[in-house]
Amino acid sequence: MPFLCLFFMLLFSRQGKLRLQKWYVPLSDKEKKKITRELVQTVLARKPKMCSFLEWRDLKIVYKRYASLYFCCAIEDQDNELITLEIIHRYVELLDKYFGSVCELDIIFNFEKAYFILDEFLLGGEAQETSKKNVLKAIEQADLLQEVRYSPR
Amino acid sequence: MPAVSKGDGMRGLAVFISDIRNCKSKEAEIKRINKELANIRSKFKGDKALDGYSKKKYVCKLLFIFLLGHDIDFGHMEAVNLLSSNKYTEKQIGYLFISVLVNSNSELIRLINNAIKNDLSSRNPTFMCLALHCIANVGSREMAEAFASEIPRILVAGDTMDSVKQSAALCLLRLYKTSPDLVLMGEWTSRVVHLLNDQHMGVVTAAISLITCLSQKNPDEFKTCVSLAVSRLSRIVSSASTDLQDYTYYFVPAPWLSCKLLRLLQCYPPPEDGAVKGRLVECLETILNKAQEPPKSKKVQHSNAKNAILFEAISLIIHYDSEPNLLVRACNQLGQFLQHRETNLRYLALESMCTLASSEFSHEAVKTHIETVINALKTERDVSVRQRAADLLYAMCDRSNAKQIVAEMLSYLETADYSIREEMVLKVAILAEKYAVDYSWYVDTILNLIRIAGDYVSEEVWYRVIQIVINRDDVQGYAAKTVFEVLELVVGRWFGSVLLGRPLVQFNLLHSKFHLCSVPTRALLLSAYIKFINLFPETKATIQEVLRCDSQIRNSDVELQQRAVEYLKLSSIASTDVLATVLEEMPPFPERESSILAKLKKKKGPGAVSVTELDDSKREAGELNGGADRGPDTASTPSPSADLLGIRSAAPVGAAQTNAGSLLVDVFSDSGPAAPSAAVNDDGFLRFVCKNNGVLFENQLLQIGIKSEYRQNLGRMYLFYGNKTSVQFASFSTTVSCPGELQLNVQSKPVEPLVEGGAQIQQVLNIECITDFCDAPLLNIKFRYGGALQNLTLKLPVTINKFFQPTEMSSSDFFQRWKQLSQPQQEAQKIFKANHSMDTEVLKAKLLGLGTALLDNIDPNPENYVCAGVIQTKGQQIGCLLRLEPNAQAQMYRLTLRCSKDTVSKRLCELLAQQF
Repeated sequence: MPFLCLFFMLLFSRQGKLRLQKWYVPLSDKEKKKITRELVQTVLARKPKMCSFLEWRDLKIVYKRYASLYFCCAIEDQDNELITLEIIHRYVELLDKYFGSVCELDIIFNFEKAYFILDEFLLGGEAQETSKKNVLKAIEQADLLQEVRYSPR
Repeated sequence: MPAVSKGDGMRGLAVFISDIRNCKSKEAEIKRINKELANIRSKFKGDKALDGYSKKKYVCKLLFIFLLGHDIDFGHMEAVNLLSSNKYTEKQIGYLFISVLVNSNSELIRLINNAIKNDLSSRNPTFMCLALHCIANVGSREMAEAFASEIPRILVAGDTMDSVKQSAALCLLRLYKTSPDLVLMGEWTSRVVHLLNDQHMGVVTAAISLITCLSQKNPDEFKTCVSLAVSRLSRIVSSASTDLQDYTYYFVPAPWLSCKLLRLLQCYPPPEDGAVKGRLVECLETILNKAQEPPKSKKVQHSNAKNAILFEAISLIIHYDSEPNLLVRACNQLGQFLQHRETNLRYLALESMCTLASSEFSHEAVKTHIETVINALKTERDVSVRQRAADLLYAMCDRSNAKQIVAEMLSYLETADYSIREEMVLKVAILAEKYAVDYSWYVDTILNLIRIAGDYVSEEVWYRVIQIVINRDDVQGYAAKTVFEVLELVVGRWFGSVLLGRPLVQFNLLHSKFHLCSVPTRALLLSAYIKFINLFPETKATIQEVLRCDSQIRNSDVELQQRAVEYLKLSSIASTDVLATVLEEMPPFPERESSILAKLKKKKGPGAVSVTELDDSKREAGELNGGADRGPDTASTPSPSADLLGIRSAAPVGAAQTNAGSLLVDVFSDSGPAAPSAAVNDDGFLRFVCKNNGVLFENQLLQIGIKSEYRQNLGRMYLFYGNKTSVQFASFSTTVSCPGELQLNVQSKPVEPLVEGGAQIQQVLNIECITDFCDAPLLNIKFRYGGALQNLTLKLPVTINKFFQPTEMSSSDFFQRWKQLSQPQQEAQKIFKANHSMDTEVLKAKLLGLGTALLDNIDPNPENYVCAGVIQTKGQQIGCLLRLEPNAQAQMYRLTLRCSKDTVSKRLCELLAQQF
């Protein structure tokens, strides 16, 4: 039985440009590229009012469009689709709060930050911390450390 | 938060990204990237030592280039250097590069592990978290080897910060998933369970994922988590929407944690403790009640979070399948969703109802929604929703509504999307077979199916139809007439018995369509022609001419050419008698799993068929096939079409022997495709029906021996894996799975991942028989031998007879019980040819090995053997009586079994018929 775990998360634009990829299962670069290509095509071909879930290979894809960006997660077939949809939404909220009205450009130019935020929120495909305050506090603390020299004891 | 504290703002990086974005063409982009790569390479190779900032900037650029989809083959060393920087931001970029770009077998892993080790022992929580994130992201075996014992300590240490605990829990989970053998259970496990009680909701959220995974693999060690989870859930469910502060999401308290708690509970049966169970039922009721309350917000996030919990609760209710009240309430709730304006909810309701349909408590409640579901099939705009509707119709189908559902599915097929046609066809074919009350309906349905979606009717469907038609004399006439009218396809098999009179005219009629047919059809037609020669010698000359012509005998298709050559040869060299024997009418098909069901089962997903359904359908198919009283099962005709069925168990074991004795073996020796070596080893399996020890499998690399012992409904099996080579097997792992709903509980411990050359390792399986069963558990073995991955799957020889307790009884007792078990379905009988020595001592040894008591002086005929025993399952005892009557002259046996459970008679009969 699966237990609420993502296999991967992809962010891509309406033009099909990949903006962020996070893989929680070991795959070769070739496989990753193939999956990305296939999924971007499939999702972009879907019409607006369609259901946010689709079966794809043995997995279930949960996706949602925010402005020009598609957020797309893969979960196991029997996993919980609605809570995954809200995983996506919470991540969008986190980005939004951190960048202040996030847009695609923020993610392009500060891609490393997008990764750091994701790592605080999800680890190994599982929710690590679902409180918005706590995640942002961790990132804020890290930002404060930016240029502080740490001297080992 | 400031609008991005880009304190580290790497200007160079921003400029580079802008440059790339400004590129007008792909070529320009590649040019710019190559320029940058050359620049970075020269910087890294340069004499001047780079400062930390530059190193960070260049590593970050490389990362960006990689994420654009280009390959990166340098910079790893520089990234590793950043790990030991004493500036946080440099360290962070180093870790990011490694998480994204370093694969597990990199030579750098030792250096990386060193840096991680330093950060883990730094006692600086931010650094510790970075290191833990890196382990969780990479999750390689080397990392597991280095840190699997360290992380549990961090996780349960009293002075660990909450945020570190969260990372440690999920990091450990990742390592457990990659290398379960390296994460050893210990004193920490009990403390991990108690994290469910932790004050910090974030810690509970992270820890529960780990606990769920560990409980799945070690349910007993973790079972205390059930009551802890119930009380946590109860506290969340009953809390006001603001109690949990930031863990409340759009007025829903802790939706993620709630879902995870409900998932964890699905790893276990309903709680035995009455109080805990009561509390849980209360929670589930509250969740169902909340679904009826007016929403606290109009935002979709509110309803999604609320319904995510609701669907998870319904999954748990279905998992328990013991609370009729809750099941029916769940069903009503889903019924409301069926007409919801949100597509997502309609989709999920259809999907979830599919599982409810298989519960006896809610099946009827699901059926009341039939009109809505049919409507969904017709009107939904999204094909994935229509697919769910079709799945649900299939799941809710029974005798009472079969005709309506099949008709609706057929009419939907006319316009159905190509992507789901094949599966729809399979479903219609299965339902038509399963619920056929009269044969004309069945034949009409199937022919309609072929008319509407002929291209999507797979071979499996064809063969199944033929199988059924052949086994029922009364259908044949109707079927042949109807088929002939439509002139869809004429199938060689039942031809012989149907056609009467004016054979040459019929042959010409048939042959006139030959060139229009597909290759497989032509192959069947050729087989039909040779049967013509047998039945109507006057057609011989005409047909030989047809076979001799170049378009047949030189056909570019190997199968057709082979048939033409062989049939021509057969018709000219064989005497009439031999020809008659070879082409004797096929005996009815032995009853077996419907090949189309097997095909559908291969397709995963909620529409898949459970084993219970399969048994049902076997029974139904039995009726449709007109019972099993059709005489011996030996096939007398090595008809090429027999091989085409493509089902391993298809050819009765006797067939091979019969053929071997035939004169015509040369002619047919290579006809039809050779039986492919099955992916699952069957032979080994059958050799162990009457014995417990021996070699299960052997090839050039590996030998597997087994020793097993059984008592009551329990068994223990020792597996010995011997490496026959002089080279080490790496990543050796085994898994035992029970296909479908096999009612066996098999527990095993993981084996050592390395097997040295010439060495042997041992594994113990503990087996518990829950109820009687037919399928065997599968043992999958994977290992690397000289770099190549070896993967093999064997059937474990655990058969129902292993759970026999012998029963001694007197002659009068025996016959009294024999008479008590006189209902037709309690008896299974088979007449078959001897495959092995008929020596008395050999037979006795086998019957004793079966596990029953061999009773003397019972049968009036001293040649016969009589046995009795009781099969012990967890919940049931099944009495079985057996009688084996050898006929030495004919080299035949008659085997009769009578058991208090019909499925057991049938299964034992199948197993034993292949032993003597």
